[in-house]
Amino acid sequence: MAGPTLLKESGPREVFCGLTSIVWLHRRMPDAFFLVVGSRTCAHLIQSAAGVMIFAEPRFGTAILSERDLAGLADAHDELDRVCKELLQRRPEIRTLFLVGSCPSEVIKLDLARAAERLNEELSGRVRVVNYSGSGIETTFTQGEDGALAALVPLLPASDERQLLLVGTLADAVEDRQMHLFKRMGIETIHSLPPRQSTDLPGVGAGTTVLLTQPFLTETARLLSNRGATVLTAPFPLGAEGSRRWMEAAADDFHLPNERVAAVLDPLMKRAESALARHRAVLEGKRIFLLPESQLELPLARFLQRECGMELVEVGTPYLNREQMAAELALLPDDVPVMEGQHVEQQLDRVRASQPDLVVCGMGLANPLEAEGIATKWSIELVFSPIHGIDQAGDLAELFSRPLHRRQLIRPGLHPSNPDTPVHA
Amino acid sequence: MQLTLWTYEGPPHVGAMRIAASMHGVHYVLHAPQGDTYADLLFTMIERRGQRPPVTYTTFQARDLGGDTAELVKRHVREAVDRFQPDALLVGESCTAELIQDQPGALAQGMELTMPVVNLELPAYSKKENWGAAETFYQLIRNLLKAQVPTDINHDPKAWQQEGRRPRVNLLGPSLLGFRCRDDVLEVQKLLTLHGIDVGVVAPLGAGVEDLKRIPDADLNVCLYPEVAESTCSWLERNFGIPFSRTVPIGVGATHDFLVEVHSLLGMEAPAPDEGYKRSRLPWYSESVDSTYLTGKRVFIFGDGSHALAAARICSEELGFTVVGLGTYSREMARPVRAAAKALGLEALICDDYLEVEAAMAEAAPELVLGTQMERHSAKRLGIPCSVISTPMHVQDVPARMSPQMGWEGANVIFDDWVHPLMMGLEEHLIGMFRHDFEFVDGHQSHLGHAGGAGAADSSALSDIPVEGDGALHWTADGEAELKKIPFFVRGKVRRNTEAYARDTGCREISSETLYDAKAHFKA
Repeated sequence: MAGPTLLKESGPREVFCGLTSIVWLHRRMPDAFFLVVGSRTCAHLIQSAAGVMIFAEPRFGTAILSERDLAGLADAHDELDRVCKELLQRRPEIRTLFLVGSCPSEVIKLDLARAAERLNEELSGRVRVVNYSGSGIETTFTQGEDGALAALVPLLPASDERQLLLVGTLADAVEDRQMHLFKRMGIETIHSLPPRQSTDLPGVGAGTTVLLTQPFLTETARLLSNRGATVLTAPFPLGAEGSRRWMEAAADDFHLPNERVAAVLDPLMKRAESALARHRAVLEGKRIFLLPESQLELPLARFLQRECGMELVEVGTPYLNREQMAAELALLPDDVPVMEGQHVEQQLDRVRASQPDLVVCGMGLANPLEAEGIATKWSIELVFSPIHGIDQAGDLAELFSRPLHRRQLIRPGLHPSNPDTPVHA
Repeated sequence: MQLTLWTYEGPPHVGAMRIAASMHGVHYVLHAPQGDTYADLLFTMIERRGQRPPVTYTTFQARDLGGDTAELVKRHVREAVDRFQPDALLVGESCTAELIQDQPGALAQGMELTMPVVNLELPAYSKKENWGAAETFYQLIRNLLKAQVPTDINHDPKAWQQEGRRPRVNLLGPSLLGFRCRDDVLEVQKLLTLHGIDVGVVAPLGAGVEDLKRIPDADLNVCLYPEVAESTCSWLERNFGIPFSRTVPIGVGATHDFLVEVHSLLGMEAPAPDEGYKRSRLPWYSESVDSTYLTGKRVFIFGDGSHALAAARICSEELGFTVVGLGTYSREMARPVRAAAKALGLEALICDDYLEVEAAMAEAAPELVLGTQMERHSAKRLGIPCSVISTPMHVQDVPARMSPQMGWEGANVIFDDWVHPLMMGLEEHLIGMFRHDFEFVDGHQSHLGHAGGAGAADSSALSDIPVEGDGALHWTADGEAELKKIPFFVRGKVRRNTEAYARDTGCREISSETLYDAKAHFKA
């Protein structure tokens, strides 16, 4: 069969757990608070990731389980009620409280869903309490956002209005830009999930067409379609080509005239092409290896191969939803190995053996690989950068050309090769 | 359950990782769920290391819980041993693995491996990072050295004199993710070398298994970081008779005391008392007239036990600050911290609750906070200048430049870092005189290149902390106006004193006159 070669691997993994999603979700919805119910490890994870920023008002915290909770000496639900009240007293402006499950709370089967329900009743009107799991045993990195959004879906008001719903966290500027473009194409009503204020939830129903902005929203998409929405399958809006196809999928669904769509998009494509050219010059013909992290790997690989001329050595992904990724898989070249899952040691053996020009990997591996002389692009940055849409194609390419460009800049100075012509003189 | 916004320490297995990653030839198999590999970032990003930490995680997932997780552990132990061929193996659990009780350490010990296997039992729901590091270091050394323990102890720390060689000491405690350990080791080595004392083994930082076996060859152990190495030092003292030094050489006075202690334990003549004055710049910088305005600056100190104790001494004896709050999250160090606080007329704050520390800080209304990364959050909220003196820390406290805390050079670094966040003298005077400037406004610190803590500490943050039973107290407009004239950084304290005075004298309304009465009363 033509198309990429789908492989699976199991063994030690080097990925984040879903709790990490809090690091960007707390900025998207500043009126929400994320309370992890877990251990000191969970608390340590989040503060290691986000604690470099100095917070006058923390927007996340952990209810740390103690021995008394584990021994059943303290009623976990009473304890949780007490902690939530303590928190809300300090932060009366919180509107939505996410109770986030972790490995310990899942292993001891603490029923956070019921706790959320109970607290909702008690605090009705003032604060909404919802629950999702960000545990490492169940979720990988961006899957935490899927959980958080899925937890919001039942709260969306029913609405039969004809609308386009963009689902998945987008940078503010990117979101504004996409909405503007869709409006110019002729789609009148556009909302997004998650909203910028947690209380400002969009409606959903039979008239809703969902475009996923992110590839990791399997559960959210399923729940939205259960509520009557049509979830489109399209390539994801990374790169000019992907973004165009993504927008055209919505345009088709809204029966917009082709000429009108083309009139909006054609000039953008032209501009993107010139923005990409500079980076293509650096990236073309370079070999890239992507390690699993966020599920963004497939669309990124597609963009880098088709629009930047890179050669794909291996494309890793923590989880492959073949249905939602069908359009992406169709655009990948034949025989490229797509690896679902990970055995990090064996994967690193393959990295070293293939000596790629660039490796996309997590921060636990980036500096060690650099020290071995292998250039890396640390992958978490892709979740924190405005990379979606045709206008962002150049910026997205730059994220990958920058480490290579940097090497060209500083290597000669830092590793003088000819002792006769001292560079530092 | 405990509500935790920020945690002062990680879980104990992170302490164990610090030991493994600080050393070479030691590998750690950690039974942990997928995601706990975040801890690698502490080493690759915060410590900026170019190697992966020597840790193999089993990274089990929900679907593994239905199967044989014990078999999973054995497979990872086997793979780790084959691939990395370590000289010693640590095996332990993270918090989630502790709940499913696979006994990975015992499993590994039953696998007939050729290297020493240390089974780590680190209770994640009751102990924390530093305890985990201390326990791991202790268990590792006990395992490696138990065969060498002599039947009768006849260690003589002065034996070097008969053997005709220079005295030799071990430096125990420095580790990755410790506070400035990299440069502290260099500074202490330099300090000892100046006095003709050789350094034998530095551990765990940079040591291998063979190095640990040489520990008993030294005349004396230097316990640089009691949080990590005290249990090991005291085991070595009990079993090998090797004494250890108890003074942590942070600050000019402490460095002098440390030298006196080491010299006396080794049977050497004590160094000259003015050495610190000659070799460190802190004493002269602190004596020079530019520093006069530092006198009586109110400082709040919080951190691990050793660094908090050192800071309290430096502040009160070397910089002329007034310590208005002292505390630690290290429960093991509670006793000495309590004693130090008592000597300063304070009650020590022993707690690991960030909110409690923040409340104590607000109550003390200091002009400077010396704390951890966490205190930077509270200090920002309260608009108080802050400097970091202890872990937990972040990437900016693992700097490229040489920046020890210990020894003579460490004192130089401390002088610069602790004085820097304070308003410079001239600016302080001018803001006290002229309040109507369009650029140099209240709370502005122009040497920091931005508005500093502008306004935050003024009305909002400090006044919203309810003062008990002051429902009847009322500031008149004229009282408020007078309060605004008090320089920004002492305003919180003046407000508090005036309110206390009003309550004591049964006065309900606070006018400008009450404020002056209170000022005269407290001499503040």
